[in-house]
Amino acid sequence: MKHLIASVAAVCLLAGPAFADGNLNIYNWGNYTPPDMIKKFEEKYNVKVTVTDYDSNDTALAKVEAGGHGFDIVVPAGIYVPIWIEKGLLLEARPDQMENFKNVDAKWANPNFDPGRHYTVPWQWGTVGVSVNRDVYKGDINTSSILFNPPDELKGKINIVPEMNDVMALAVHYVGGETCTNDMTVLKKVRDLLVAAKPNWVSMDYGTVEQLAQGDIAAGMNWNGSSFRSRLINPKLEYGFPQEGFPIFMDNAAILADAANVDNAKLFLNFIMDPENAAMISAYARYGNGIAGSDKFMPEDMKTAPEVNIPPELAKAGFAIETCSPDVMKIYTRIWTDLQK
Amino acid sequence: MAKPKTFDTRRQAGFTAIAAFCFIVLYLPIVLMVIFSFNSGLALTSWEGFSLSWYVTAWHNEVVQAATIRSVIIATVATVVSTLVAVLAALVMGRGKPFRGRSAMFALINQPLMVPEIVTAVSLLVVFAWVKTTTGYSGLGYLILAHSAFCIPFAFMPVRARLQGMDQTLEQAAADLYASSWQTFRRVTFPLLWPGVLAGAMLAFVTSLDDVVITEFVKSAGQDTLPTYMLGQMRRNLTPETNAIATVLLVFSVVLVVAFFFVSRENHAKAQL
Amino acid sequence: MAATQPNTDLVAANRRETRNRWLLLLPAIVILLAAAIGPLIVVVLYSFLVAGDYGGVVWHFSWDGWLGVFTTSDPFDGTLSLADAHISILWRSVKLSALTTLFCLILGFPTAYFIATRPVSQRDGWMLLITIPFWTNLLIRTFAIMGLIRNEGLVNGFLEWLGIIDQPIQMMFTDFAILLGMVYVYLPLMVLPLYASMERLNFSLIEAAYDLYATPFRVLRRVIIPAVKPGVVAGSILVFVPSLGAYVIPRILGGGTQLMLGNLIELQFGQARNWPLGAALSLTLLVMVTAALIVYVRASANEGE
Repeated sequence: MKHLIASVAAVCLLAGPAFADGNLNIYNWGNYTPPDMIKKFEEKYNVKVTVTDYDSNDTALAKVEAGGHGFDIVVPAGIYVPIWIEKGLLLEARPDQMENFKNVDAKWANPNFDPGRHYTVPWQWGTVGVSVNRDVYKGDINTSSILFNPPDELKGKINIVPEMNDVMALAVHYVGGETCTNDMTVLKKVRDLLVAAKPNWVSMDYGTVEQLAQGDIAAGMNWNGSSFRSRLINPKLEYGFPQEGFPIFMDNAAILADAANVDNAKLFLNFIMDPENAAMISAYARYGNGIAGSDKFMPEDMKTAPEVNIPPELAKAGFAIETCSPDVMKIYTRIWTDLQK
Repeated sequence: MAKPKTFDTRRQAGFTAIAAFCFIVLYLPIVLMVIFSFNSGLALTSWEGFSLSWYVTAWHNEVVQAATIRSVIIATVATVVSTLVAVLAALVMGRGKPFRGRSAMFALINQPLMVPEIVTAVSLLVVFAWVKTTTGYSGLGYLILAHSAFCIPFAFMPVRARLQGMDQTLEQAAADLYASSWQTFRRVTFPLLWPGVLAGAMLAFVTSLDDVVITEFVKSAGQDTLPTYMLGQMRRNLTPETNAIATVLLVFSVVLVVAFFFVSRENHAKAQL
Repeated sequence: MAATQPNTDLVAANRRETRNRWLLLLPAIVILLAAAIGPLIVVVLYSFLVAGDYGGVVWHFSWDGWLGVFTTSDPFDGTLSLADAHISILWRSVKLSALTTLFCLILGFPTAYFIATRPVSQRDGWMLLITIPFWTNLLIRTFAIMGLIRNEGLVNGFLEWLGIIDQPIQMMFTDFAILLGMVYVYLPLMVLPLYASMERLNFSLIEAAYDLYATPFRVLRRVIIPAVKPGVVAGSILVFVPSLGAYVIPRILGGGTQLMLGNLIELQFGQARNWPLGAALSLTLLVMVTAALIVYVRASANEGE
């Protein structure tokens, strides 16, 4: 008995990250981190990697801000990066000076949210659009009206991913507004639209790859890679790019200011800018990655996938999602509260 | 008796049917879940043949392994701590004269049962986050402390019940024979108390092993337990692997509860002697 | 002087006893203060602070958290009105908890009666059958219910196979799903106290009633129910209180549109990042639970008279 207690106590002490030499704690979106790439990193650098999931940008921010989280790497969306930087939560790791930075696609090398890439490196980029089960609805799906004024076939079968900024961006453009507008008449229209649409939604949840594929929901606001993965399970699922405007986002890996394993975290940032490794991320989560030259390592079906290749006639409807001012965010939050009824 | 003998006065129309319905309803979903853990296909609900493959998958899943070990460590330490603490408290509270602060103490011990789990969870989140940043320590200690606290009432109840039903003349006799209070405790009280302690420890262990809400809010990086891992899977990766893990956890809980049942029945039988 | 000697001994002994008593209680007090009562007090404090712009708290006294529980200012014209979003969630929590209690009572009462009327040797076995699900992981039981009621789940599959429906019935992500989940999960909590009071039921009273030509229904209403009322009250409280604070069941079965109070609280500490409001909502829940417990204590005290 004494031995048991002693050994359990020993294990407990060792389990704390205080003794963690050669560890890396990644905090990333659920279902977003390829296990094979992690394995490769672990073997190459002899580091034990732990991946913890989160659902939303806000949850990640809340958890890290609360403190004592123990994470080294986080992967926020571009629009959240300025907030993370402003709050002093990120380490200025200067990935722009790292060896593999040369591989970053020029398009993504100097984004608004992190000028010169002093903090973050590209993880993946994608679009916000709609997924529809074609068995249930056969009409045009390149429109946000699938979500906001749904056809009868889809009423009560729609999921909205509750990522507030994505939903707001879609809705603002649907009613004809500009990104991050502070025009109150537009925002009022947005509120009325969403409040009226909500009874048609069956759920507001993250992580719907399986739910879509298995028929728990028939349509929904979705991210393109997630929709792609559902289609791989159930070929009836198609992805639409809303002609009224669809947001384009990028998620970015960054090191946390209070990371315990900064060296390993830097190795990791450099590692994912290697085209072959970036291709592994895309092959798993099914989004584009922002690393030039990764194409040739990608699976064949990525190159032709309708979810990843924006049709030319709809390309102009795409817009970069931006960080809105705190005032606009406050109104977004208030509108969002009305959707919780 | 005016009534014919065949008339059962205890009978209420429809009650047996409802009871039968309840028993079926209580077990049917669990049984189906267990059955589908042996499904060879990917689907949770269409049967594609018998296979143990999902158990093999779960067994080789490193994340599951780590979460299982973590769950067991936390539950074991929390059980030892809460049982020790509960026995000490029960020795004071379980019998003897009432004293000032006794009912406050009862309220304190039972507090984890009365406060909704989500409220405890967010309050621990707030406080522990602050402690973690201040001290820099973010190990399993927080989860163990939280689990120890909410296991105390579960470990306390059976011990106290046992103490209340216990014959005090034996201890009196020991004291009369000049046994020291420690000797009395070790040689007389504790052996009599033991079944209650065992029962309490079992309840504490199951309670800790099953906790999901408080753990979900308190855990730091890489501290998933089996239930919080399952919670994540349930919302994202619905495969029969989750059924397989759930089944193993289920079997474990059932074995413990049945063991508890026999231990406490033994108690009961002995108490009546 | 000699007379007071034993008296001081007694005082010293008393003092020693008191000291030993609190020494034995100390570990429990320390742990519960650190991980149960203490954090609750901090939450009370937080409910009076100001929420930071993007989360956290600012150390200024404010009623905003508490005001936010029940009121909301319109973003467009600034008028203050009742927070109907919060009130509808509050109402859903109370409504679903009350319904859960009702259904558990309807199902649990006959079940407990059935067990109490079995031969003594069988009763423990039947009770074990009730206890096993109770000690089974809540998550596992919720998951099991989910397997039944999904669109591609077993109930819809069965009905389609029978030809009763050709379109799956939407059960997941509805109030019905949450209600079903809670009844399923909390039913044993109703049966346990009901059985405890029925076991002590004096069945000769029932026989006496029949001798007076009472109908079975009258016997139930006039004899059995009054006799087991404490069990009914205890069971109802045991079901109602955890239902009110439910978090896992609505999170899995409610799909994010059918929030209960527990989910609303989580939202404030996660996505919405409004800790003071979350703290105030937590305390609101705590007050509701405490009120229910006080009603229970009153009811059982009256019973004792």
